[in-house]
Amino acid sequence: MNDTPQVLFKNRRPGETAFLKEYGKTGGYEGLRKAVKMSPAEVRETVKASGLRGRGGAGFSTGLKWSFFPADKPGEKYLVCNADEMEPGTFKDRELLLADPHQLVEGMIVASYALQTQVSYIFIRYAYEQCARNLERAIAEAKEAGFLGKDILGTGFSCDMYVHRSAGRYICGEETALLNALEGLRANPRSKPPFPAVRGLFGQPTTVNNVETLANIQHIVAHGPDWFRGLARTKEGAGTKLYGLSGHLNRTPCLELPIGTTLREIVEEHGGGVWKGRKMKACLPGGASTPYLSAEHLDVPLDFEPVEQAGSRFGTAGVTVFDQTTCMVEATLNLNNFFARESCGWCTPCRDGLPFVSWLLQKIERGEGTMEDIGTLQDQLRNITGTTFCALAQGAVGPIESLLRLFMDEVVDHIKRGRCPLKTG
Amino acid sequence: MDTLLTEDQLDHFRTRAAEIPHPRELVIDVLRAIQGNRGWVPDEGVELAGEILGLSPLQVEEVATFYDKIFRLPVGKRVIHLCDSICCWSRGAEDLYNYLQEKLGIAPGETTVDGVFTLLPTCCLGACGEAPAMMIGLTTYGHLTRERVDEILEMERASAS
Repeated sequence: MNDTPQVLFKNRRPGETAFLKEYGKTGGYEGLRKAVKMSPAEVRETVKASGLRGRGGAGFSTGLKWSFFPADKPGEKYLVCNADEMEPGTFKDRELLLADPHQLVEGMIVASYALQTQVSYIFIRYAYEQCARNLERAIAEAKEAGFLGKDILGTGFSCDMYVHRSAGRYICGEETALLNALEGLRANPRSKPPFPAVRGLFGQPTTVNNVETLANIQHIVAHGPDWFRGLARTKEGAGTKLYGLSGHLNRTPCLELPIGTTLREIVEEHGGGVWKGRKMKACLPGGASTPYLSAEHLDVPLDFEPVEQAGSRFGTAGVTVFDQTTCMVEATLNLNNFFARESCGWCTPCRDGLPFVSWLLQKIERGEGTMEDIGTLQDQLRNITGTTFCALAQGAVGPIESLLRLFMDEVVDHIKRGRCPLKTG
Repeated sequence: MDTLLTEDQLDHFRTRAAEIPHPRELVIDVLRAIQGNRGWVPDEGVELAGEILGLSPLQVEEVATFYDKIFRLPVGKRVIHLCDSICCWSRGAEDLYNYLQEKLGIAPGETTVDGVFTLLPTCCLGACGEAPAMMIGLTTYGHLTRERVDEILEMERASAS
């Protein structure tokens, strides 16, 4: 079923976790051995040339992000791995850490060397206890083997790695809220600038990268930027991607596929088609904060630019599919309820605006909405966009904006009929 | 168990707090350890965490109350976190939520009369491919059906007594 190159999932076996012995057999820590023979600047340049874009949802160039980091300045600096994966539809980092935790540990050691950071943290969500235990074992094994700790591989470079367990809140995945949470403060986002690269964890320069982003680093160093770019199916794309399938599909696995695999291939081949012999009505291509795509978009290659051109975002590549019987108002209400509940409450448009949006959507879903409510909804979207410290509210707006763009007929139908047209009885 | 922290845990946290430049980063670890022993974090737990880490009770409280997996009120021996996010919703989580309420005789946020189960909604558990899913303690259960929920409750009830 899956004969495409496996980079991050090459050691993945059902129900098993690969530790150092298995990891070493497939070239584990070769990337680190190669990296320490290069200068840190050369490693950074290699990552930049690879075209790797952040896999946590925003898709910013990792090499460019690293170029803002004062790696050559002396002093305390930190690398933080964001393993607070809490975006509905997204479960790729969990699958990676359950299968092969050394992928992340080695990637973080190479990144630490490239950025010359002395301490790194893995900030992991409450629900991922098994992943946290896997990582602790992998860290201990890496230390024992001389890949981590003092004087790594006799190079004079030293770094430590810690697992930080969180206690559950979506906002902790936001870069600056994560830093507050790690410091033991309430996880409210910080005002930017200064950016974390200048003043981050404990006031020191910090880089925050996603699990999957960091897990790619050693492979890029080991095999080179051209190899990495060649893994993608799109011209602009680079690398493979962990796609998480969910929703109304016959099969809902997490798979490593070339970046740029089409939505149709994902739905029809890897997902085994839409369940119950139905048709796809809509999908969230990259997690709960990405605007819907519809059946018209089945031939869109899932990569950053093509998905953006189709009116959505590639996000985390967590593809959630909805069949023809789904009420899109109700689905959007569910999504918005999530964001309203997970708002940290720091900014008024998010704290008060999102519950108001939920109230409006619920009113429409119940058949009590008016045409005026659509205008109020549009007003709210404008008021929420760009008025908050972080992107949580902005993300929440995505599905609602696309509901009104792609499924306006269905919204109006609710109002005209005075009931949900997709519910019987 | 009525201790907030065991002697070993106390020693460990006091030593770590003295070793590291920013002991406050341990606040979640201390609260989770207290909750692990007591099932929840009482006021004395907030005070103890503050004392170990050099924080005021208010500084601990503002963190403790931020998280939905830290309990500042007594809960049952097993807390059921049923995911109500989009992927689980799309595969029937609402029906299971109603079923659990009916079967346990409680509304969300409540605890069963025998003190075994507390039912709470939760956002995405990262088990979207196994939807619908729930978490009890630190164990995630996926591919839920009414029958599977029955089996899991029975198993958890037996292990709680």
